[in-house]
Amino acid sequence: MRLDERYINAVMIAGLLALPLYALAVDEPFTITLVTRAVILALAAVGLNIILGIGGMVSFGHAAFFGLGGYAMGILAYHAQTYTALDLGFISFEGTKSMPLIWLVAMVVSAIAALFIGVLSLRTSGVYFIMITLAFGQMFYYFAISWAQYGGEDGLSIYIRNDFPGLNTLEPIQFFGICFVILCAVLLLKARLQASPFGLALNAARQSAARVQTVGMSPMRLRLLAFVLSGAITGLAGALYADLNRFVSPAMFSWQLSGELIVLIIIGGVGRLMGPVIGACIFVALEHFLGGLTEFWHIYLGLILLGIVLFGRGGLLGYLTGKEGAHV
Amino acid sequence: MSLLNLENLTATYGVSQALFGVDLTMEEGEVTALMGRNGMGKTTTVKAICRMIASEGGLSLDGQDLHGLPSHRVARMGVGLVPEGRRCFADLTVRENLIAAARPGDWTLETVFQLFPRLGEREGQRAVSLSGGEQQMLAIGRALMTNPRLLILDEATEGLAPIVRQEIWAALRKLRSETSVAILLIDKSLAELSAVSDKAVILERGKTVWSGPMAELGNDITERYVGV
Repeated sequence: MRLDERYINAVMIAGLLALPLYALAVDEPFTITLVTRAVILALAAVGLNIILGIGGMVSFGHAAFFGLGGYAMGILAYHAQTYTALDLGFISFEGTKSMPLIWLVAMVVSAIAALFIGVLSLRTSGVYFIMITLAFGQMFYYFAISWAQYGGEDGLSIYIRNDFPGLNTLEPIQFFGICFVILCAVLLLKARLQASPFGLALNAARQSAARVQTVGMSPMRLRLLAFVLSGAITGLAGALYADLNRFVSPAMFSWQLSGELIVLIIIGGVGRLMGPVIGACIFVALEHFLGGLTEFWHIYLGLILLGIVLFGRGGLLGYLTGKEGAHV
Repeated sequence: MSLLNLENLTATYGVSQALFGVDLTMEEGEVTALMGRNGMGKTTTVKAICRMIASEGGLSLDGQDLHGLPSHRVARMGVGLVPEGRRCFADLTVRENLIAAARPGDWTLETVFQLFPRLGEREGQRAVSLSGGEQQMLAIGRALMTNPRLLILDEATEGLAPIVRQEIWAALRKLRSETSVAILLIDKSLAELSAVSDKAVILERGKTVWSGPMAELGNDITERYVGV
């Protein structure tokens, strides 16, 4: 039986909302935190899916933006909580505990970094693009390790979750609500983007850069814009992730995390709207249930990935819908 | 001032010279047939106009030198290309192929579907699933969606069934009579080219050897340079 992808998408969103509400009813706050983690990872992967799924760019350094978002949150919150000045040379201020402001900074910082990395790395393609993005990611990783002012290798703990006007963010269900709304907004944005002339042109550039040029568009500009947008969304996810854990560390920049984001997308379905969400839910579920049984739970994740690559080229969504491509 | 002006244009692929002096002038609304045997430089001339390969000599659109411009800028200046081999964006639907290329102007989805009703019937179908003729119509429609002032068609009817070729030639005749777009045509059908084109330019070994009104193109010249 082949299922309608729109139906699966609706069930996923409803399920993602229902599970924490059920956990709230039976007083299982840890489950809410677990789903929140899945939502944030899904958000990061949706960001990556813009360039991977639509633009065909395999960035192996997207953890750089995740980490930058996380450190933007960590640094701003650290200074706000310790009442110490954050001196940027041209301006000095005492950080902030406001989530919206932190998100804005995280997105702007990540977007600027993505612009810089994109300008250099998008001149390459294929394996060279993968390697250059990996190299940039590792540069940030080693920089964070050596940044003693903000914890270096040990990372940086934030003692109190940041504020959101009108909400008690320390309540797991309320913080989940914030993350869920952001994920839904970004999914809506991604759906609109994919069907827009820009998204179609980006898709076309993946198929043939030369042909896109003959209709008056610069593939480099299309890809760069998508890369910056993708970086900003992944940076936002990093800021939320740091707030969830109240901790940032160089691991947020690691190449393993970049690889995991790609794996999430492949499991769910490359280019598909809900592919990263399904992938993130499976990933977090495996990590929780199998991780409790064995520390080698990644082996099972690898087996699932192998099965999907061999038997379901369109990811789990492709297998369920019978449509290999992302076009639905 | 001419719309397109090529003067003693030369071009090379690496160390191999392909064009040795192409001269070609086109006016607004004019249809020109670019002719010559296989390998004489027709497609290379098109690539040079679209800045897909480096070239030297005179190359201008509306008096503006095209040298140094990237190909997407040339397209934005009003040069629409229908490349050899019906190269559509296979993963996109008919509608998406057209929207992806759309630029402001008279050509819209509706006007393209009026020109090629078949595309309108298949607007939700992926390009990869279209027949060869429909893909060619889509490639022409996509170029028209850029609202070009100069439309270049490189072997637009090659390998198509006679009935589909007739549809495409009919569409080109309609373009000629109802719009002011200039058309540069490369095709093997001398009869059709003669019926549609105002003038002809013949290339031999990467060089213009004849140019003039289509009415003056005699059998002796076509036999000598085109082989028909």
